[in-house]
Amino acid sequence: MWLVHRSTGVAIFFFLLIHVTDTALVRVSPEAYNEVIGTYKTPIYGLVEAGLVAAIILHAFNGLRIIAVDNSTWALRHQKKLAWAVWIIFVVLMAGFLPVHLGHVFGGE
Amino acid sequence: MTAPDLTTPRERIRSGRMRRQAERWSWMFMRFSGAILILLIFTHLFVNLITGDGVSQIDFAFVAGKWADWWWQWADFLMLVLAMLHGGNGMRLLINDYAHRKTTRTVLMGVLGVAVAVVIVLGSLVIWTFDPCPVDADPSLLPSFCATVAA
Repeated sequence: MWLVHRSTGVAIFFFLLIHVTDTALVRVSPEAYNEVIGTYKTPIYGLVEAGLVAAIILHAFNGLRIIAVDNSTWALRHQKKLAWAVWIIFVVLMAGFLPVHLGHVFGGE
Repeated sequence: MTAPDLTTPRERIRSGRMRRQAERWSWMFMRFSGAILILLIFTHLFVNLITGDGVSQIDFAFVAGKWADWWWQWADFLMLVLAMLHGGNGMRLLINDYAHRKTTRTVLMGVLGVAVAVVIVLGSLVIWTFDPCPVDADPSLLPSFCATVAA
């Protein structure tokens, strides 16, 4: 879990650097922004986004588990179950997200 | 059978040169900013990737439509600052853990500091100086409300 938290954290951080920079193109011109954001809609990038969302969900709920374990002895005693809970929430959220997102990326028009 | 050679253990370096009180604040900050970021980022992902046409709907007009609203400007500004500080502080902890040579550490910390500062300043400028209806732009790329604002 420790390794998961670190590696997802690093991945999210580097994406953030790119993401702020590409969004900054709205200040250049609508054309420049639309062209770059267009690459986000390609199948390959669509899959990268899915991976990114996966990393964010894991980092978010594992972060909540860390806060819980730091602050409550109950959570500390049940930390193994909580780690499982993180993975279950992850699977459920991804099962909800993936069909919708992949539909947007691959489906239609 | 020969006994394996034992190498001298690597000299222990102290994790971080900051005072303990500062590390305590860092620890608190990671937890509070993390909790707020969960709300902000999940809202961001939901609105941008799930509602409507998801990622396919995102273009200049979409961003302009959001930032025409002060609520989104503040939400995105808060998200930018907290995320960069949270991520930057996280990277600082990793550098402390893995960069053992003093010069490597100094260089990495410098690069990290500059990257975080540049991204926060750039992002803030973009959010607060944004014009949803640039005068000389192609009207078909702009949000629909620009037609009524112009003229």
